[in-house]
Amino acid sequence: MTPTRRKPPRVGDGPIIRRVLIGTTLFFGAILVLAPLIVIAVEAFSQGLKAYGATIAHPDTRHAIFMTVATALIAVPINTAFGLAAAWAITKFDFWGRRALLVVIEIPFSISPIVAGVAYLFVYGLQGLFGPMLEAADIKILFALPGIVLASMFVTAPFVARELIPLMQAQGRDLEEAATSLGASGWRTFFSVTLPNVKWALLYGVVLCNARVMGEFGAVSVVSGNIRGQTNTLPLHIELLYHDYQAAGAFAAASILATLAVVTIIAKVALERRGAGRRPAFAAAAKEQNAGTRP
Amino acid sequence: MKRNVLPGLPLSLGITLFYVGLIVVLPLAALVFKAASLGPAEYWAIVSSPRAVASYRVTVISALVATAFNLVFGLALAWVLVRYRFPGRRIVDAIVDLPFALPTAVAGIALTTLFASNGWFGTLLAPFGIKVAYTPLGIMVAMCFTSLPFIVRTVQPVLEDLDPALEEAAQSLGGSDSAIFVRVILPLLMPALLAGLSLSFARSLGEFGAIIFIAGNQPMETEITALLAFIRLEEYDYQAAAAIASVLLITAFLMLAATNLLQARALRYTARS
Repeated sequence: MTPTRRKPPRVGDGPIIRRVLIGTTLFFGAILVLAPLIVIAVEAFSQGLKAYGATIAHPDTRHAIFMTVATALIAVPINTAFGLAAAWAITKFDFWGRRALLVVIEIPFSISPIVAGVAYLFVYGLQGLFGPMLEAADIKILFALPGIVLASMFVTAPFVARELIPLMQAQGRDLEEAATSLGASGWRTFFSVTLPNVKWALLYGVVLCNARVMGEFGAVSVVSGNIRGQTNTLPLHIELLYHDYQAAGAFAAASILATLAVVTIIAKVALERRGAGRRPAFAAAAKEQNAGTRP
Repeated sequence: MKRNVLPGLPLSLGITLFYVGLIVVLPLAALVFKAASLGPAEYWAIVSSPRAVASYRVTVISALVATAFNLVFGLALAWVLVRYRFPGRRIVDAIVDLPFALPTAVAGIALTTLFASNGWFGTLLAPFGIKVAYTPLGIMVAMCFTSLPFIVRTVQPVLEDLDPALEEAAQSLGGSDSAIFVRVILPLLMPALLAGLSLSFARSLGEFGAIIFIAGNQPMETEITALLAFIRLEEYDYQAAAAIASVLLITAFLMLAATNLLQARALRYTARS
């Protein structure tokens, strides 16, 4: 089938190096990435199908699932709205401090989730800025759903924005400017021109944001208070079962999140085929810089 | 400059600034404020206590080893995915993202079960006297897992865009494969490698969920800094928690600054050559 090559083989195309490299990387990949996935499935069903069903159906597990879904249902839409607003402001306008704003939006990405959790404690906790005030007004933020949602929003704040900004930057402003000069309102322009052009990238960001919100552990474990059957999200519930020496139960609960991870990856691949996410950010930045430095 | 005709700046920028201010800046400012309220002597006493210093050592050394492993493995994986065609390549390509998609707590219990002395890999390693779970080695394994995609995903697009003409030129000049790789390809990958490297290292320094299950969490031995901050909180020692968390925060900011600096320099280098 393959035509005989005229060109010399490229670097690293020799049969030995090729086999060694593929073999080694697949070996380590299997150990480090594939094995954990398999062990989750095996351990989840190690006590039989019935025990698996019992763990999933247990009220504490069901409540943890409810907490996780509720958190995602609040945090993901708000983050999406924020991502759209940030992308619109940053890519459609020039204003002072634009680059600084970009850096600030990306900050949560490089900060330990534990730091995020501790930081929230010092805002809404009793020893924090608003703690005493909230206590007086009898509003519960920490050790309750609002705190979990806030911490999740911190951790995932950049997710939608960072998918949209490079794409909308590359698309420029011409289409929107044409639409408004033809008399379309701002909202009309946004919904009929901008949104259709970025829909796959937007969905891509939403999918990744959702996966992270549902799986967040560190930040949430600081602000949730870990109250069984009340403020436990699914990842926290897994920890609780695991430390209770109910390994099979922990893995049964973990299998739900592992399934979510697999679905997320499948969705990711499907969206990448539609052009989302394949954002050679670094290559593009290098090209931009090259173009800029050339005389 | 062209006048901007598009509407919506006040609304979109207003929402953005409000959200970033409330969700990102306010909590971090509160943390810095809390840590600063300690006073220099007390702050220094907390962050330089033997247990804290031991936690920095464990965290930094493990992160360095994990990043070094990922540098080699990640580069090899990116190379294999871009340059070779083999059955299952697309699946491997997709699965590289699993560490990002799999919740850290799930990864933590899975890795612990695999590497515990009675686990699949633990039993294989035991005859050689290698213990992974509940040792610093376990921390490294967890860090390798969680930061694996960074280097692959930063190097991959650059490798894909590499101009074959450069290699062909080097080949026609009689360069051996290894010489071409080291002197032509590697320098071109350098900016991406550095970017992936710093992202991977920063992620390892801050990782919590995957590590605490496999680490054993012995003070002075296998206790990471993020966990120490968490433990201080559970002891209601909020000031110590703030001080230790501030160390992690400052490190993250320094890493961010270093990343930007390195990238800018590396970009200038590639631009010139």
